[in-house]
Amino acid sequence: MAKWETVEVTTDVLICGGGMAACGAAVEAAHWAKKNNLKVTLVDKAAMDRSGAVAMGLSAINQYVDINSGANTVKDYIDYVRNDLMGITREDLVANIARHVDSSVHLFEKWGLPIWKDKEGKYVHEGRWQLMINGESYKIIVAEAAKNALGVDNIYERVFITEPLIDDQGRCVGAVGFSVRENKFYVFKAKAVLAMMGGAVHVFKPRSTGEGLGRSWYPPFNSGASAYFTIKAGAEMTCQEVRFIPVRFKDAYGPVGAWFLLFKSRATNALGEAYMQTRRDELDKWKPYGLVKPVPANLRNWLMMLDVMEGKGPIYMRTEEALQRISEEVPDEKERKKKLKELESEAWEDFLDMTISQALLWASTNTFPEEKPSEIAACEPYFIGSHSGASGAWVSGPEDLAPKEYFWGYPNMTTVQGLFAAGDASGASSHKFSSGSHAEGRIAAKGAISFVADNGDGGDVPDAKIEELKERILRPLDLFEQNQNASTDPDVNPNYIRPKQFMFRLQKIMDEYAGGVSTNFTTSEKMLEKGLELLEFLREDAEKLGAENHHELLRCWENVHRMWQAEAHMRTIMFREETRWPGYYFRADKPEMKDDWKVFANCKYDPKANEWSMMKRDIISITESAPAMA
Amino acid sequence: MPSYVIPDKCDGCKALDKTACQYICPNDLMVLDKEKMKAYNQDPAMCWECMCCVKICPVQAMELRGYADFMPLNGMVTPMRSSDSILWTIKFRNGTLKRFKFPIRTTPEGSAVPDGGFASGSDDLKSPLLFTEPESTKCAELPSL
Ligand SMILES: Cc1cc2nc3c(=O)[nH]c(=O)nc-3n(C[C@H](O)[C@H](O)[C@H](O)COP(=O)(O)OP(=O)(O)OC[C@H]3O[C@@H](n4cnc5c(N)ncnc54)[C@H](O)[C@@H]3O)c2cc1C
Ligand code: SF4
Ligand code: SF4
Repeated sequence: MAKWETVEVTTDVLICGGGMAACGAAVEAAHWAKKNNLKVTLVDKAAMDRSGAVAMGLSAINQYVDINSGANTVKDYIDYVRNDLMGITREDLVANIARHVDSSVHLFEKWGLPIWKDKEGKYVHEGRWQLMINGESYKIIVAEAAKNALGVDNIYERVFITEPLIDDQGRCVGAVGFSVRENKFYVFKAKAVLAMMGGAVHVFKPRSTGEGLGRSWYPPFNSGASAYFTIKAGAEMTCQEVRFIPVRFKDAYGPVGAWFLLFKSRATNALGEAYMQTRRDELDKWKPYGLVKPVPANLRNWLMMLDVMEGKGPIYMRTEEALQRISEEVPDEKERKKKLKELESEAWEDFLDMTISQALLWASTNTFPEEKPSEIAACEPYFIGSHSGASGAWVSGPEDLAPKEYFWGYPNMTTVQGLFAAGDASGASSHKFSSGSHAEGRIAAKGAISFVADNGDGGDVPDAKIEELKERILRPLDLFEQNQNASTDPDVNPNYIRPKQFMFRLQKIMDEYAGGVSTNFTTSEKMLEKGLELLEFLREDAEKLGAENHHELLRCWENVHRMWQAEAHMRTIMFREETRWPGYYFRADKPEMKDDWKVFANCKYDPKANEWSMMKRDIISITESAPAMA
Repeated sequence: MPSYVIPDKCDGCKALDKTACQYICPNDLMVLDKEKMKAYNQDPAMCWECMCCVKICPVQAMELRGYADFMPLNGMVTPMRSSDSILWTIKFRNGTLKRFKFPIRTTPEGSAVPDGGFASGSDDLKSPLLFTEPESTKCAELPSL
């Protein structure tokens, strides 16, 4: 076996990940740990300053409920989320995040995040729930507070968390991982563990497969670690079918929010028809949610996809029309020039703060938004439970809001004792975005400290088990080393598969059988059966992954993580015998939404028996009055 | 090629205790060739074009060349990031230039205090109130439904 040092770190609370949820957790956990004399350790695969989905920055805070001004209530937010997710949502979780999220936003502002203000000093909204920010350094600022709270000695960067540690009572008591810089295998032993390693991308084949392979909307560095970690720990998972497909500016995947919400732009097909109007009747089919305002994200996608399938593309964001209209609203010429200059700057900042590629694409195609429209398109599917998807672990709600069926001791604890999840890692609580993920990280961290205070130590994991994990995790290095001379080309070797080809194989299976871009997001039971059959071969071949160096070892395990996310996804789409989110995926053999499927579709992997089980869970509302229609 | 390094400018960060671009890339792409003392992007097709590396390079030795499989050549986006603002220069394929400057933070670097100046709040580990609440919510008490 590769000669790597084993480094053991003993702590009380282990935070896996360094993104928005983890940074919130760090601040909260540090505070309560001090009072209770506990130690908190954080591990990130990258550098916290620029890790995770907010690495590049963001141009908006997408969840601000604005409770103190009386603009909205927690219940308003629940209604919004429930309707957008076609009725499938854990209201207790959404409510819990909504009542804490404004606090996170106010903290961001104090830490130094520039939030736009109007002349009266009020936050400038992009839409009802969104605030405009100058967010280039959003992640740096939020990480700074987290680092100041924890102290650098308690932070491990460039360590890739690979597997959970589970004691013989089934409690999560730590994690193992490896350094991507040094020959060090890490064993973190803890009394409570927080899984906050973001969502997953590159499970499906991206539209660009050349140099632009990395230009997915979702960052290529979040590779399903949260899903893998919680699944392998034996946690019940929820909404694994609810992937997210954003519609964005085509190819560079620049944000459209500012254009739709701030500039009130329309999207039309190539013939100038606005699909949101021409296809309005289709929304009836998806009642009651089809009739809600705003129209759920997946249904907006769906109407657009129908146009595309009829050959009415390309689809355009009518930037030129929107800017023209806004400028006509200002009769004075000098004022108008000023206004247009302002708008131009806002439009470019929207890209430069969070999708620089889009700015580059506009520059390299001589696109001036006031002159011509820009193409938009559906991206490939992603797993991002914090956004408009919903996949993640099934977690306990808070005692004071959750119905008894949804409460098992500590907020945001998964069904595995001592294992907590938040942000993209927790499911059925969509639309938390950057700010809500931070708030949820704080909630989970307080829960974890409370768990440790009540439960003390877990059981030990035998050294032999750790050695076995170490051997398995480093095996790709050994396989490569031992077999590289069996051929003259390191890429083509009968004894191992390199991680990139392994990823392509996964992506091909998912794209063709699980409803990727190439099948117009359409699948069926038979297609999924075939996909699962092919996935089984891939699972076997995962034992044959080969890695030349640290970087490739990282890539190997990222792709194993992705593969497990893929399996949970296919199994759950197959289990849910209906189509509920047609703009996310369409089950051709079950093309309609069914009342008896207004339930959560959950799944669970049993590590001992190596078996999956599927189950339905009831949806229990905590707001008496139903929305317009649920 | 996404991010790339200009060999004449890169000095391998020899004056620093760590290679800046390698330290920051969220996708572990930048590597220092210790013999040449030049950095390179080891897998351009996995680059997000986030420019974290470009922004942090102390000698402006890094740039982006848009993904060759869908971006026409000759566009250019160049950031200059200071401690409180960022200046962007956009060069279009047809030569048009645009410049934008945006603030990036309102406080000195490194100064973020975890409690943000809010009172730390409840001492009760079992209460739903989090650290700094209720004050940081700007409501008298934790909001309910
Ligand atoms: C393109 C894009 C645009 C968005 N725009 C907005 C917006 O305008 N406004 C808004 O509010 N929200 C926006 N969001 C949503 C927001 O970014 C997410 O909701 C939020 O970042 C989720 O937080 P998280 O902590 O779950 O994940 P992340 O913030 O992504 O953090 C994941 C962390 O886990 C680490 N990690 C991953 N795997 C491992 C491993 N195996 N071991 C150790 N560490 C690991 C990563 O390095 C990272 O630190 C956007 C998201 C995307 C992708
Ligand atoms: S642009 Fe981003 S992903 Fe690409 S090398 Fe630089 S830091 Fe890494
Ligand atoms: S940060 Fe700049 S100077 Fe330093 S190694 Fe990277 S490219 Fe070279």
